[in-house]
Amino acid sequence: MYIIESGNVAAALGVRLCRANVIAAYPITPQTPVTERLSEYIEEGSMKAEYVPVESEHSALAVCIAASSTGARTFTATSANGLLYMHEQIHWAAGARLPLVMCVVNRAVGAPWNIWNDHQDSISQRDTGWIQMYCCDHQQILDSVIKAYWLAEKVSAPIMVCYDGFILSHTYMPFEVPQQEKVDAFLPPFRPDYALNPEEPASLNTVTLPDVRIDVHGELAHGYMEIRYLLQEELRTSLAVAAEAEKRFAEIFGRGGDPYIEPYRCDDADHIAVGLGSLTYQLRVSVDALRKEGIKVGVMGIRFYRPFPDAAIANALKGKKGVIVFEKALSYGYEGALASDLKSALYEHLAGTGHLPLVQNFIAGIGGREIRTDDLTQTLRAATQSRIAKEPTWIGLKL
Amino acid sequence: MNKEFIEIRWHGRGGQGAITAAKIVAGAAFISGYLGVVMAPTFGTERRGAPVMTSLKISREKICDLSPIQTPDIIVVLDYLLLKEVDVTCGLKPGGIIVLNTPKAFESYSFKGYSLATANITAISVEAGLPHGMVNTGIIGSLEKATSLLGIDVLIKGIEEEFRTQKPEKNSLAAKIAFERTRVRG
Repeated sequence: MYIIESGNVAAALGVRLCRANVIAAYPITPQTPVTERLSEYIEEGSMKAEYVPVESEHSALAVCIAASSTGARTFTATSANGLLYMHEQIHWAAGARLPLVMCVVNRAVGAPWNIWNDHQDSISQRDTGWIQMYCCDHQQILDSVIKAYWLAEKVSAPIMVCYDGFILSHTYMPFEVPQQEKVDAFLPPFRPDYALNPEEPASLNTVTLPDVRIDVHGELAHGYMEIRYLLQEELRTSLAVAAEAEKRFAEIFGRGGDPYIEPYRCDDADHIAVGLGSLTYQLRVSVDALRKEGIKVGVMGIRFYRPFPDAAIANALKGKKGVIVFEKALSYGYEGALASDLKSALYEHLAGTGHLPLVQNFIAGIGGREIRTDDLTQTLRAATQSRIAKEPTWIGLKL
Repeated sequence: MNKEFIEIRWHGRGGQGAITAAKIVAGAAFISGYLGVVMAPTFGTERRGAPVMTSLKISREKICDLSPIQTPDIIVVLDYLLLKEVDVTCGLKPGGIIVLNTPKAFESYSFKGYSLATANITAISVEAGLPHGMVNTGIIGSLEKATSLLGIDVLIKGIEEEFRTQKPEKNSLAAKIAFERTRVRG
């Protein structure tokens, strides 16, 4: 059934369809309507879950960690400074290998205080060991939540489903709400190999020594380094599992495509714009305009930022003249994190071919600054004519 | 007006229900075969009584551009007093349509170069049995009269669906009366 609703409601519907058992969250704009809606579902009885109101985001994630350790399917959502307040627990959840799903409704980070959209919040959590998915519209929000639970539980890693604050969270558009039976067919109940049980108390993730050791059962137990190595290895192999998720999802729901990237008019393009989230859909309008002028340009959205689908990205950009990276965040003191990651992927996979595309980096929409499609078109047109890579260029700056 | 892609900007006050009105029109447009409908409120400044804006884009194809409307085809003004506070015609396409809730005489407005449609929605809504100040369903009748965009029936259905638990008949009656009494020029 198609409905017209906000992006936050799309997320809440996804969580309800996935039959999450425990929800703990603290309100922050623009995330608030997601968890408000979930609390209404529980109150009216259309969702059987425990809603735990907490006094902070740090506690919200702590509750999810505890609940997930007992085998509950959990959900939380946050934005900006709320996400940063969780930061310690974010690392913990990944190290503890818990399949949490969290929506990050992307918002700028203070100071100065700002409630509007950019990607600095989730990008700054890049190195925590969470999987990060980015959504371009409401259908992708709902579908990504469903895929995220399946993938997280398959690979024992937490996932952030990221979508643009206000631009998607508070905007209304049509999307299809799948039938419960289909979601149940796709996503079996969560049955972890190990779960805390009050009958058999245990301590989890206590001090773990730098080196391996023989445990009380006489077995060789991992040291901290082995545990962390396995997190890295299994995140890398989760890319293949994500492809499996996409394939299964397409079979059941009839929707889907490439699991890692979403190319638009890229096949014969000389230059490709690259980005995360709804901005890449807006860039399609610019690509269409420039195509009419005879400029061979395309745009590619990246759906997974971590694990980084470096091979898929490099393969899609092979033989192109230029790559133009648009970002709503940056690694202060250098350039956009995505631009750096992308150059690294190109170098790794294409340096041997003797041709590396020119990479340019543009920063846009910081703190919710309006991104005009005309400005994007102009920027993209000029970038296709440029032969030199410069420092990251800020679009729409008024200095 | 190009009926393949239509941009409507709604001006109201926080709490007046401009978002709900735009949502009803969005739903009716989708049912009528417009695959792309995107309704985007202004973000972060919504307070009760303060001037607020909502964008509604309606397209035959999926809408990828979620940025705010720059050049609307139609503007809908839920409170005539906003004309003194907000430049409501900003960016309005030449020949664009203004739909205005006002108690003032139709002839007292000029809006050169644009089409104008007015009705006293505030009074009509009370006549239909709604509480004073509820104007967001009546204005939909005026919008349809001024534009012939979707047909009144699908909009009435949308209103009754949206307000199914809150006086659906009175809300749709307001739209029907407004549709009959709206005066249009240009």
